[in-house]
Amino acid sequence: MKQLEVTFIVDPVLSGDEIQATAQTYVDLLKNNGCTIVHVDDMGLRTLAFPIRKRNSGVYFCIEFQTPTGSIIDNMELALRRDERIMRFLTVKLDKYGVKYNEDKRNGLIGKKSRRQDKKEAAPAVAAPVAPVAPVVEAPVVKAPLAEEEE
Amino acid sequence: MATSKDDIKFLSNPKIGQKRKKYCRFRRFGIKYIDYKDPSFLIQFVNEQGKILPRRITGNSLKYQRKVTVAIKRARHLSLMPYVTDLLK
Repeated sequence: MKQLEVTFIVDPVLSGDEIQATAQTYVDLLKNNGCTIVHVDDMGLRTLAFPIRKRNSGVYFCIEFQTPTGSIIDNMELALRRDERIMRFLTVKLDKYGVKYNEDKRNGLIGKKSRRQDKKEAAPAVAAPVAPVAPVVEAPVVKAPLAEEEE
Repeated sequence: MATSKDDIKFLSNPKIGQKRKKYCRFRRFGIKYIDYKDPSFLIQFVNEQGKILPRRITGNSLKYQRKVTVAIKRARHLSLMPYVTDLLK
């Protein structure tokens, strides 16, 4: 079983229902071809970094799925390419860390907040051992001559 | 006699010119996977024009620099990050 994820951008001009229906067609397509859907992430409307097809925003979807053979991918990508409602897509195979990352993300372990908190927690812990080292190294070199002068 | 640290006056700030050691943040914090769907994280590894910063500046180990590069390129394809721009930060 390979675990993959396909991210695609749906045209934002469509109505809300049509956008959902577009995503649903690909979920169904994968399901009908023996894939297990792990998660469908609706990333919502986002501003594009550069215009695609003269649109400045797009609705992002990310479908994570498991496939036994991988033969469906070609068909799926062909369908995505032919679909006028899809502005762009990307299929990526997930390694074991990617699978774990997505799982953690769904469980809320990895978020914008939690990551920053982790970093803040990790930073002092790491900085603490480093910080004392620097002055200690510094002290004998720089301070010694000055101390002597004062004496 | 030996004086306490506070008594010593330096002619110039000794911390100036002192280089902080670079390190690979992925190794240090145990980050194993770099998500291409998270542009706010990837933005740390590009300059203001959206160019990928070299290892010499970011301090990443080779293994993770490659992963960062791939993630940024994927993010660019999905229009999450710009290919070229000005004043990104």
